[in-house]
Amino acid sequence: MLKLEKRPQPSKLWTYLTPILAVVITMIAGGALFALLGKNPVEAIGTIFWEPLFGEFAFYYRPQLLVKGAPLILIAIGLSLGFRAGIWNIGAEGQYIIGALTGAGIGLAFYPMEAWFIFPLMVIAGALGGWAWAMIPAILKVRFGTNEILVSLMLVYVAEQLLAKMSLGLLRNPEGHGFPGSRNLQQYESAYNAEVIAGTGMHWGVVAAFMAVILAYVLLNRHILGYHIRLTGEAPRAARFAGVNPARLILFCLGTAGALAGMAGMFEVSGPSGQVSIDFNVGYGFTAIIVAFLGRLHPVGILFAGLLMALTYIGGEIAQSNLGLPAAAIQMFQGMLLFFLLAVDLLTNFRIRIKTAEAA
Amino acid sequence: MTGTLLTIKGLTKAYPGVVANDDVSFEIREGEVHALLGENGAGKSTLVKMIYGLVKPDSGAMTLRGEPFTPAEPRAARAAGVAMVFQHFSLFDALNVAENIALGMENPPQMRDLAARIREVSETYGLPLDPYRTVGDLSAGERQRVEIIRCLLQEPKLLIMDEPTSVLTPQEVEILFETLRKLTKEGVAILYISHKLEEIRALCDHATILRLGKNVGTCVPSETSAREMAEMMVGSAFEAPERAGRELGDVALDISGLSVKSPSAFGTSLKNIHLTVQQGEILGIGGVAGNGQDELLAVLSGELRTHPDAIRLLGQPVGRLGPTARRELGLLAAPEERLGHAAAPDMSLIENGVLTAAQRENLLNRGFLKWGAARSFAEKVIEAFDVRTPGPDNAARSLSGGNLQKFVIGREVLQRPKVLVVNQPTWGVDAAAAAAIRQALLDLAAEGAAILCISQDLDELMEISDRFGALNEGRLSDIRPAKGLTVEEIGLMMGGAHGMEVSHV
Repeated sequence: MLKLEKRPQPSKLWTYLTPILAVVITMIAGGALFALLGKNPVEAIGTIFWEPLFGEFAFYYRPQLLVKGAPLILIAIGLSLGFRAGIWNIGAEGQYIIGALTGAGIGLAFYPMEAWFIFPLMVIAGALGGWAWAMIPAILKVRFGTNEILVSLMLVYVAEQLLAKMSLGLLRNPEGHGFPGSRNLQQYESAYNAEVIAGTGMHWGVVAAFMAVILAYVLLNRHILGYHIRLTGEAPRAARFAGVNPARLILFCLGTAGALAGMAGMFEVSGPSGQVSIDFNVGYGFTAIIVAFLGRLHPVGILFAGLLMALTYIGGEIAQSNLGLPAAAIQMFQGMLLFFLLAVDLLTNFRIRIKTAEAA
Repeated sequence: MTGTLLTIKGLTKAYPGVVANDDVSFEIREGEVHALLGENGAGKSTLVKMIYGLVKPDSGAMTLRGEPFTPAEPRAARAAGVAMVFQHFSLFDALNVAENIALGMENPPQMRDLAARIREVSETYGLPLDPYRTVGDLSAGERQRVEIIRCLLQEPKLLIMDEPTSVLTPQEVEILFETLRKLTKEGVAILYISHKLEEIRALCDHATILRLGKNVGTCVPSETSAREMAEMMVGSAFEAPERAGRELGDVALDISGLSVKSPSAFGTSLKNIHLTVQQGEILGIGGVAGNGQDELLAVLSGELRTHPDAIRLLGQPVGRLGPTARRELGLLAAPEERLGHAAAPDMSLIENGVLTAAQRENLLNRGFLKWGAARSFAEKVIEAFDVRTPGPDNAARSLSGGNLQKFVIGREVLQRPKVLVVNQPTWGVDAAAAAAIRQALLDLAAEGAAILCISQDLDELMEISDRFGALNEGRLSDIRPAKGLTVEEIGLMMGGAHGMEVSHV
């Protein structure tokens, strides 16, 4: 009979091993899933994980890792601060959309002027847009004690409607022959989120993601605010005893997550995506939640987890076109990652013992 | 009846890192009151859980009236005639007495019949109880009655009581003892777990003493002195803390007209509290749990805010300030709950040091933490208070209760507070650590700090306090000098028997 025995200390070894173990188990379970769908499991797993990195067209796919990973990492860093404190921002997708709208909006307002300050202004506008959208659940929680999960999630749908309205109305390209969608920002030089180093996929969003990782690491490990965030999540009563102001923490965590998600949206719409259209958002805001937990809410972990998730996106697309794997199977695969991670997380705090029958 | 009721042979139980019970053997005779004595961590709770079927022993055997006794779960133990009143009650505040008792029964009768039975049994044994009263409104002593009645309804042969008097005033203790004597006259044996030596000498026929999991001896309490029993419990000669005569300075803490509503529905609100503590003085606040102790600590630590003038620190109104501002002014506090309130269980001792010492020990540099300084501070606490731990990087939850408490108290003492408020400073702590903590408090007062010590342990309060007051239902009694107070007077300050009387049958 298996018994769970609580460890006297959370195990450091298992804290690092659990994500790896989760990935391995997901590969096995995912492989079984693909086998049930009639595909060769080894070939499928290889296509997802190996092809993009070392395959024939890897030179094309590797930069895509950064392109797909950057928004995930940026959003997940913001989310992880809140999650660590027990503040559940589920509406990052909405904050991402609003940030894209405000950022692109500012850029398009300046069209056709070319100036050096337009892009930085767009970044600030994108951050402010996302921040403001996140302030709604934040203020409601502080003032009325409303549940931020519900409010932030419902605001995602509001944001999506707002996006559709903007694409068809205010932000519509006047020279677009009546089609919905804004001007293509990739053609507007001052507003284009260009690659910093050509050919590597490293646009300003990627730079921002790396900076966010570093700043989050410093905040969590070296600053009293980061300490308070960790304390509130682990021992809320001790946090109150220590003098942590819960309202300030809520505003900070939700605000930061909103700002980072807004920036990610803005970088995406002015770069890889190019245009504000009805459905340019692909669910990064939700996938970032998986990335945050896969990275164990740790900035460096999130960096790797984001790249891993990007790998599954890209590999998944290759598998779809080469092997005919359905898109839904890839989404299931990503969901399984989180599921298995939460399951093996048990091993950090508990040891498994095989107990034989005891003497009476 | 003088036959043997229960024999225990060679019972052993080990948990990771500690052997809770090591080859323990003794016997309980029919109709006797048998004490199980030992300090915190000696293994009393584990042993009793094995008798009650909550825990399976690793090895050893038990017999009940000659038959092998191996309860797989408490239900089996109850069926065999063993009943237990736990130290921490399992009662639902929102339900009434009869409903609570019905919940614990296999086949509860109709409410009307049950209520009649409860009334009958409670009157017979001198613990009158109204079955329709809501448990949330009962005092701790009355709640214990509910637990006892629940056991008595099963007509047990052996009644186990775990630290029963920790929640009773001296008057209520007398009433309980009357009941227990009545029970033994009817042939019920009682296994009485406690560390209160005078009570055991007054009540019990035999005592088995546990130390570090082993049975170190049996004695007849009425023929043994308290000092001898204490020495068997601790294993060495006992040192009482040193208490030098102290000079008192200005009034450091001044509470006047303090009324605070409890944040929880079944908590106790404080009503019109007045007290002062001078520099160099230790003021002891006694009282059974649930009379406002947690609320008093919360309003002093800053977790609950109140009118600014209600609390003055060296003349300055601090009632509206939060914990951080109060710490900066020198008002420090140590709450009762070690894991989860005073310390974060999964964080290291270094991080737990930062929890309260960040300002006073200068551990911040413009908001950034100086981890080197934090480590030094934690090491200082560990060294000065003899905290047994491999190092300051260990998580708080890996420490034993006594060691963690030494760290928590030491953390506050080393910050040189002007006023220190502690709640239950030695609860659940082994005797050696408890003595060290009490000595630290006395030394701190000798250096000029004012100390407010809230505790349920009257012996402790009498040992260290200069003046004493008692909390009863959120109100503070008159404050009297501790010297010369009799147990009788203290009991009355704590509210007497809370309106409970012994019924005379």
